[in-house]
Amino acid sequence: MPKAFVTILGKTIKHVARLRGGGSALPGLIVERIDPDFVSHYLKSLPFGVVVVSGTNGKTTTTKIIVELLQGQGLKVFTNRTGSNFSRGIAAALLGEIDIKGNLSADIAVLELDEAHAVHFVDKIPPKYSLILNVMRDQLDRFGEIDYTAKLLRHVANKTTDTVILNRDDEKIAQIAMSLDGQKTSFFGADQKLLGMFPGDDNLHHNASQKNNNIKATVVLKKVEPKSASFVINNQKVETNLMLTGVYNALNAAAALTTVMTILGNKTNQTRLIKDLSKIEPAFGRGERLVLNGHPIDLVLVKNPSGFRLGLKSFSPYKYATMIAINDEYADGRDMSWLWDVDFSSLNNTGVAEISGTRAYDMALRLNYDDVPFKNVDPDLKKALNNFIKKYPKSSKRIYCTYTAMITIRKSLSRITNAKAIR
Amino acid sequence: MKEKIIKILHLYSHDMNIYGDRGNILVLQKRLERYGYKPEIIEYNPGDKFPIEADIIVGGGGQDSGQNKIQKDLLKIGPKLQKLADSGTPMLVICGLYQLFGKFFKTAEGEKIEGIDILDIETYGKPERLIGNIITNSEDFGYIIGYENHSGQTFLGKGVIPLGQVRLGAGNNMVEGTEGARYSNVIGTYLHGSLLPKNPKIADFLIEQAVIKKYGKFDKKQIDDSLTELARKSAIKRPR
Repeated sequence: MPKAFVTILGKTIKHVARLRGGGSALPGLIVERIDPDFVSHYLKSLPFGVVVVSGTNGKTTTTKIIVELLQGQGLKVFTNRTGSNFSRGIAAALLGEIDIKGNLSADIAVLELDEAHAVHFVDKIPPKYSLILNVMRDQLDRFGEIDYTAKLLRHVANKTTDTVILNRDDEKIAQIAMSLDGQKTSFFGADQKLLGMFPGDDNLHHNASQKNNNIKATVVLKKVEPKSASFVINNQKVETNLMLTGVYNALNAAAALTTVMTILGNKTNQTRLIKDLSKIEPAFGRGERLVLNGHPIDLVLVKNPSGFRLGLKSFSPYKYATMIAINDEYADGRDMSWLWDVDFSSLNNTGVAEISGTRAYDMALRLNYDDVPFKNVDPDLKKALNNFIKKYPKSSKRIYCTYTAMITIRKSLSRITNAKAIR
Repeated sequence: MKEKIIKILHLYSHDMNIYGDRGNILVLQKRLERYGYKPEIIEYNPGDKFPIEADIIVGGGGQDSGQNKIQKDLLKIGPKLQKLADSGTPMLVICGLYQLFGKFFKTAEGEKIEGIDILDIETYGKPERLIGNIITNSEDFGYIIGYENHSGQTFLGKGVIPLGQVRLGAGNNMVEGTEGARYSNVIGTYLHGSLLPKNPKIADFLIEQAVIKKYGKFDKKQIDDSLTELARKSAIKRPR
């Protein structure tokens, strides 16, 4: 079937699916069935190639930063923005960008792919660049073991045709550099003093002092303040304001800067790059700030022990009312073991105002064993959210939530706050 | 009055800790405190001097690479653990260490990894991974609620009894409907979750055995477990 015809057909299905409120992946699924080469045909024709972003934590935020930075440098960027990071999600996203004549108007594609999907994707479409952020225990019920996940990421790196961008300070990721066949490498990292903020799985329960590798990094995160950060970029110190919150988002920014500079090389307009970075907002639910009656509600997505621990370390609970919502749907992971690998004692003094989600009582029990007081437990997310908002009308609020809990909370809040719709 | 100390030995805390099994230590620690004892945690890792004075021994699950790292050391301390097990020291071993407390683990590739044979069990690596919520029933502990994630399938010999009968999930293997194994006061199981927070009867069993062995008798105080009950009730309704 000619591509143009598949495109028109797909666009029609997409339109119909939208009318009936269907999911974003369905039209992509149908297009893939009819024309399995649909995605690769278009992506292989891009002049700057394909960038794959993978790893356990930070994919969505980092992808968003790279896309906006590249746009600032004048490139037309195709991305899978809906967070539907499976290949049929990419097909669906492509449908929106291809014109009726079958032309994709883009210079480069930046795609967020989870480890398991990335492996199959790179077999079909070898990316020109890959950015590998970190590997930590996440959804072991899906991936089995961390070593296995690291193997998947190594495969992504080995299928890359030009340059692999790696986290210097994540040992399992830095080691990927040893097993490449001829690809170039670039690295990003954090200053020695900040490494304690990024506890890996190997020092979950003991405080082995972390050390930097000797590897030279293109961009090093030097310092993080509440609304600014400083980086060392090619040995030069650069300070900038940041709207991205949390030390982990600042490290994601370092990863994104490294990636963009690797792609554009000496054509990078660094002044513009830093100026654009300062204006980038967090991705939805990833440290995103909503405003209700003049008071902020910060959403912090937590989905694995390292992410939760980073969140607790990054955001002070003082002067905030805290809510935690833990679901165990498939997309969250059914296994609740991970909650026991998070140390909640930083909440000892402030306590937690509201606990919710399908596993609200597991969370409550967890807090109880860390002597963290809590006010109310209600597994019904909408009721809990209403209660939380009513009880703390004049406070800044922070909600730690798993993926599906975040979607529900955001949907409820979008009616009464400035939350942008998820495209 | 002199403080009554109970020493909890955390076996291989560095290499065998990936599935939240740390929660088991925390629960023993807090409950001992609530019962009026003074818990002391000793972390044991390969090459350390083995603390023979341990009152409760707890070990968790790890990745295959973690198990390879500790296996040699485990064989070395095996006779000491055997002596403690025979004399009634309570132990809880989860997943990877449950397997290595048995006779052997035969991998899917046919390699035989020797265990320390405290539990009369044999484990065989299989292609399918048994993953999901699991509920078993035990005469001593009632419903046991947890999460399993393993590709080794374990078969029990005559020297052990199962910990529970499977109500939801897989358990030791895909055919027999049993979960875990017990010998003396040693409990082996595949259940993560962590196990002890939502199954305090098992925690209290370990504590009671340790206290009786060390101090002669255990005065069990009432602990408020209402929150635990609520967590059990909601967990039991969740799908596999």
